[in-house]
Amino acid sequence: MSHPDVRGLSIAAIADGVRAGKLRARDVTEAYLDRIGRLDRALNCYVLVDAEGARRRADAVDAARAAGRDPGALAGVPIGIKDIFVTRGIETTCASKILRGFIPPFESTVTQRLADAGAVSLGKINMDEFAMGSSNENSSRGPVRNPWSLAHVPGGSSGGSAAAVAASLCAGATGTDTGGSIRQPASLCGVAGMKPTYGRVSRYGVIAFASSLDHPGPFGRTIEDVAALLEVMAGADPLDATSIPAPVGRYRDACRAGQAGKEGLQGVRVGIPDEYFQPGMDAEVEAAVRAALDELARAGAKVVPVSLPHTKYAIATYYLICTAEASSNLARYDGVRFGHRTKDPRTLEELYARTRGEGFGLEPKRRIMLGTYVLRAGYYEAYYGKALRVRRKIADDFTAAFTKCDAIVTPTSPIPAFRFGERMGDPLQMYLADVMTVAPNLAGVPALAQGCGFTRSGLPIGLQIIGPPLGEEACFRIGAAYEARTEWHRRLPPDPAAGAATEVAS
Amino acid sequence: MSADKYEVVIGLEVHAQLSTQSKIFSWSSAAFGADPNTHTDPVCLGLPGTLPVLNGAAVESAVRLGLAAGCKIRQRCRFARKHYFYPDLPKGFQISQFDEPICEGGAITFRLHGERRSIRLVRIHLEEDAGKNLHAAAGVSFVDYNRAGVPLCEIVSEPDIRSAEEASEYVRAVRALVRYLGICDGNMEEGSLRCDANVSLRLRGAAAYGTKTELKNMNSFKNVRDAIESEVKRQAVLLDRGERVVQETRLWDAARGMSAAMRSKEQAHDYRYFPEPDLPPLVVSDVELEKARASLPELPEDRFERYTTSSGLSPQDAGVLVAEKEVAAYFDAAVLAGAPPKRAANWLINEVLARVDDPRKLGAGDTAVPPAALAELIGLIESGKISGKLGKDVFTRMWTERRRAAEIVAAEGLAQVSDTGAIEEACRKVVAANPDEAARFRAGSPKLIGFFVGAVMKETGGKANPKTVNEILQRLLTS
Repeated sequence: MSHPDVRGLSIAAIADGVRAGKLRARDVTEAYLDRIGRLDRALNCYVLVDAEGARRRADAVDAARAAGRDPGALAGVPIGIKDIFVTRGIETTCASKILRGFIPPFESTVTQRLADAGAVSLGKINMDEFAMGSSNENSSRGPVRNPWSLAHVPGGSSGGSAAAVAASLCAGATGTDTGGSIRQPASLCGVAGMKPTYGRVSRYGVIAFASSLDHPGPFGRTIEDVAALLEVMAGADPLDATSIPAPVGRYRDACRAGQAGKEGLQGVRVGIPDEYFQPGMDAEVEAAVRAALDELARAGAKVVPVSLPHTKYAIATYYLICTAEASSNLARYDGVRFGHRTKDPRTLEELYARTRGEGFGLEPKRRIMLGTYVLRAGYYEAYYGKALRVRRKIADDFTAAFTKCDAIVTPTSPIPAFRFGERMGDPLQMYLADVMTVAPNLAGVPALAQGCGFTRSGLPIGLQIIGPPLGEEACFRIGAAYEARTEWHRRLPPDPAAGAATEVAS
Repeated sequence: MSADKYEVVIGLEVHAQLSTQSKIFSWSSAAFGADPNTHTDPVCLGLPGTLPVLNGAAVESAVRLGLAAGCKIRQRCRFARKHYFYPDLPKGFQISQFDEPICEGGAITFRLHGERRSIRLVRIHLEEDAGKNLHAAAGVSFVDYNRAGVPLCEIVSEPDIRSAEEASEYVRAVRALVRYLGICDGNMEEGSLRCDANVSLRLRGAAAYGTKTELKNMNSFKNVRDAIESEVKRQAVLLDRGERVVQETRLWDAARGMSAAMRSKEQAHDYRYFPEPDLPPLVVSDVELEKARASLPELPEDRFERYTTSSGLSPQDAGVLVAEKEVAAYFDAAVLAGAPPKRAANWLINEVLARVDDPRKLGAGDTAVPPAALAELIGLIESGKISGKLGKDVFTRMWTERRRAAEIVAAEGLAQVSDTGAIEEACRKVVAANPDEAARFRAGSPKLIGFFVGAVMKETGGKANPKTVNEILQRLLTS
């Protein structure tokens, strides 16, 4: 094989190599395509591999460099695109049967920006159907497996993105995070991922689950990789009225500030919320997170207690709002214009009922029904209206906390990866596992997830660093400082053996 | 039915399509009449991943309409999603406004049989139009999404309207208002102005409203009037028989001249309104508000006032001129070019409007007789250059030949002869040639003067000033 060994390669290493002419984008792309061909049967990260398109894009990058043009900040960086991002001419399904055959005539802002920066999309990545789930068991295309243990879930809904980065089936990936869907799988797969401030990254071309909670963001192996991707993905977009006009921060510079010297966090105040360290948290998770806090202190950070008193209402608030918005956003899948349509309906009612009955999986159906209930006439105030008011309280908690600290550090998930089927029978228990991640979505504040250790059985444990609105730099600085002082991010999962488990009981 | 037993109570919802370049939340053209599905884009088709971005021109239109109708403008308001399933509704919800409409209060003012009527408004809100289902034969349906996302202002009246005629006049007044503002072309046949009516009856003197029905599908003033008249009769018959009116939506069938029930209250949708999360709150700044206020043109009611006072027109004539802004603009231009207002109004109403099938065409700029040309013709008549009778012939030739009045008069030698010498000679000739008639005139048959005038006019080829002819003949015949 003439391909370079790309296992564990960082985005920075690839982009620098290609820009300097030390690596050819085409060779790097072939190396990843080769890995996908050999290993993804076991992991099921990709729902669509666009090998021809990837080669074409890689060749264009090499040609641009050869012609003396700037090949872009992400020159030749192979990335995976969560199948929730709309891609022109390439089937986009949200891992749902109802969107099978949907070939969009337009491109999402995020994927367009990544392509413009020279990134090479390898294909579309598996996920929980319509981003609804925390285990990737809700995909119509079969679950993604955790590279650290094929019997364990990779988390969700961006489980495919996290697993693909962990297994070096791409150098970076896009994800979306509505209640933890970037951070929780990053944590369960031992990679880094960021949910930026709401509006920091355009949602245009990101298929909506819960519009006011959906946050597109990047995955990478290192904090600096995440920062490099976010610098390209972020920024105002005239096609998204909720995008923020503020200039994009210098995220890689923030990383370097954190990495500098022995005490890169001198003068930084890190807040610890009592409400996030409650009974029910896995002991190994708690121990690893406490150890990480000590490490941050050694890096010069001042650790201060903060309070987020409305945390206990976050899950209920989140599920009222996200189901209401989902029931609305998923109304357009009616079999009239795109995607699945039932065969030979006799009436319009039957067209709708059968198309949706056949096309949606169990979890979207459950959330559509809950959301329809939440929004029904006469109950708006009792449910949705009240949820919006509590949401304001939760956001106020963060505002108050950030007067005392620069960032808040918590675990990402109270538990490490669980086994397939272990929680599918109890959706409420599954929802409760989102307790650490949903509040930042409700408040719209940025939050970074990164690895901070492993369980004795070898499953990753994740740290969450929450910043104030548009405070991505604070997250990156702290995350990079921690990363510079630890080795967790260097640990790689073993490549799955060829012919490893292809079926998972669920 | 006892016509006076019941009081008719009507509230109207008028939907005005705003004539913006692009759609309310996306970039494809909002123009009417293109081939099906050629004015579309991913956003108005509701494709997954798309987001709405509000068109500022639609907001400006709504604000101007609100100011013109005297509404209170809500300077910070929200959009809401209204959910129902229908193939012409791409997203499964319509982006509309619910509890925070952009305009509240205000009124539409107009004349009904010369009496000033003011119908209060509940609100005006912004929303997007749906597409259009086209039902082909053999159970096949198509959907045209050209209309999907065209901006609409929904204008909701209080139940202040008391007759079918008043309802249709109200719609006329709304149409005039939106056309004066230039925010909607007001074409009911093409659906750019649509109207639903809530109709109920109550015993005269009763305080409580009766059960209402909602009438839909009335796409002309006549339909509005006919549909409501028919519904009033239907409800009165029911009430007379001691039966109840069922709250329902009824569809007007103009061809059959009757309405039919479409859905009852029990089948009514639960629209599950909630604030549109993809759009930040709409904010109208003080500066934008003042700019909109400053941009308001003279409105129909003000123009009516001006015509009946300073122009001295009758309310009837003023009403005709004001109804279409192009007609009023033509009138103003003719007056500005020097025509006396009353004469200009007469010529415009009796001659110009009689020759155009659609008065709005007067605004097209290529009218056969432009306002200045009409003023010139009126000037020739006023100054005695040509007679009023000849003037009508000249106007006809101006219209068909597209020539100026002075040019026709000069080329054809149509100018009146006011040279008393020449006229006197002709008069003497005629009197001399008709001695018997002259004798009878002198003996006391003054009506014969007409005979002599006619003969002189014939002698002069119609060009003599009739007034001068008359004077000279009187002198010659009585001396």
